[in-house]
Amino acid sequence: MSTKKPTIYEEVRAAGYSRRDFLKFCGTMAAMLGLEASGVAQVAKALETNSRIPVLWMHFQECTCCSESFIRSSHPIVADILLDKISLDYSETLMAAAGHQAEKSLRDTMEKYHGKYLMLVEGSIPTGNEGYCCIGGRSAESIAKEVAAGAKAIVAWGNCASAGCVQAADPNPTGAKPIHKVITGKPIINVQGCPPIAEVMAGVIVHLLTFDRIPQLDGLGRPKAFYSRRVHDTCYRRPNYDAGLFVQSFDDENARRGYCLYKMGCRGPNTYNSCGVIKWNNGVSFPIQSGHPCIGCSEANFWDNGPFYQHLQSFPGFGIEDTADKIGVGLGVVTGVGIAAHAISTNIRKHKQIVEGQEESNDENI
Amino acid sequence: MKNSAKKPVISERYVWELPVRFYHWINALCIVVLCVTGYLIGRPPAIQSASEASFSYWFGTVRFIHFIAAFVFFFNFVYRTYWGFVGNKYARWYNFIPYKKSQWKEILCVLKVDILQITNKRFSTVGHNNLAAFTYFLTFLAFAFQSLTGFGLYAAMSNSFFPQLFAWIIPILGGDFMARQIHHILMWFFILFAMVHVYLVFYHDYIERTGVTSSMIGGWKFVEDDKEDTK
Repeated sequence: MSTKKPTIYEEVRAAGYSRRDFLKFCGTMAAMLGLEASGVAQVAKALETNSRIPVLWMHFQECTCCSESFIRSSHPIVADILLDKISLDYSETLMAAAGHQAEKSLRDTMEKYHGKYLMLVEGSIPTGNEGYCCIGGRSAESIAKEVAAGAKAIVAWGNCASAGCVQAADPNPTGAKPIHKVITGKPIINVQGCPPIAEVMAGVIVHLLTFDRIPQLDGLGRPKAFYSRRVHDTCYRRPNYDAGLFVQSFDDENARRGYCLYKMGCRGPNTYNSCGVIKWNNGVSFPIQSGHPCIGCSEANFWDNGPFYQHLQSFPGFGIEDTADKIGVGLGVVTGVGIAAHAISTNIRKHKQIVEGQEESNDENI
Repeated sequence: MKNSAKKPVISERYVWELPVRFYHWINALCIVVLCVTGYLIGRPPAIQSASEASFSYWFGTVRFIHFIAAFVFFFNFVYRTYWGFVGNKYARWYNFIPYKKSQWKEILCVLKVDILQITNKRFSTVGHNNLAAFTYFLTFLAFAFQSLTGFGLYAAMSNSFFPQLFAWIIPILGGDFMARQIHHILMWFFILFAMVHVYLVFYHDYIERTGVTSSMIGGWKFVEDDKEDTK
């Protein structure tokens, strides 16, 4: 790289985009970040004056669906600029370099931009055995800790890096942990979802570029701009929920009418994400629009939260179909029987006492 | 009591003050409303309807009633906690936590006499017996946890400051799903408690004849005067 790095705007122009395209991108991003109208100028100015932050995109135990999602972002500039240039530094999936060259590129960036680069993590980190997810002879944990040490901030892509996802699901054979449980002392942004929505990923990156600080996060470390509302709250089927109109089975008349999927196990009411607003694949659709309940992929432990098509979780320690309700009714019956037994026992065991009382009362009446 | 000549003197005593009685019945009403609406929210009935969603809002109304009842329930509970520090000796907090040996002894005694019915000792207390009081203490904990999870879940739907005070519970539990699950399971605790509670009140009235059932309305209980009034 030359001594004076080109700004993002210069890179955009060099890639053949007009200023008009660039401003459209700024407008889109500002809108997604929930900025006011003046925010567009702020985004544009930041991208015109800042050079791209060096980025190291680390892959650990994952399926690369986060990368796949990101390169399908609706705006081409995201892929062309944010991603093409990212690959120059380090990204196992997309970089041209391999083997020792790739390792050198990683090392160079870490040394040259110590304390300045962004660490983007895809995948959970196994802690059960050093041999799991061993890259270049080193364990995922030691790589993660080394790269994190010089990072300005860490972005945890997807459920794996944010909460462990399927690898951390019971019984968690690899001892998989999310990045925030392995690394401490660095700002970590959990961009949840399996995968996260491409525009959300781009939005987080643009936010970091524009404001040079991490976005406002919720209690679980997710950017509030995208994860402050439940899928349920922005769902176009919500009026059916409030009207008590529910799909009872996937092939019934209610399903055809597009009623609420709450009783089919929809996790929308417990899941914080922007699916209902930004949607997927350039805004084409999202699971509920396609007739399938939300599985809650932007929430921790969603694999362990009971059968997907059941509204209530199976009660731990009981059969798969046994929800709290079934067990509650069972306990209710047991309690009822216990009460009846106690009442009978009372009349036998305390008979003397009861009779005495009646006699006393008779005495008084005389 | 062995014969009419030795009949004990029965007197009346004011046990439950008006705030305690008010608390009890508001609480009872709230729990019934919350359990019924809560169950409906957790397991809505199947309605086959061809009408458009815009013509109906019954499920939203059920939820609205649940939320209102929850607010009443919570502040009623807060008020009762306060009364546990300023009320009469039957209402005070120390009745509910068995920190003395004598309290544990009484718990054992109640278990033997009333629940397992191993012995037939005559036995009754003026206020709560210690087993009942300890059970109420456990229900207070359930109240607190139900309020925490309930308002924690509600915080996402509200902009007002009050529910936000409970939002911290969600990350501790790992997300809305677990909070909801716990909230739902605890509902069954309330239902089972209510069944046993109502039965035992009737039982005590039947056996001890202290007027315990009506005492929660009028506040007065019948007490045998030879009984040592420790509680």
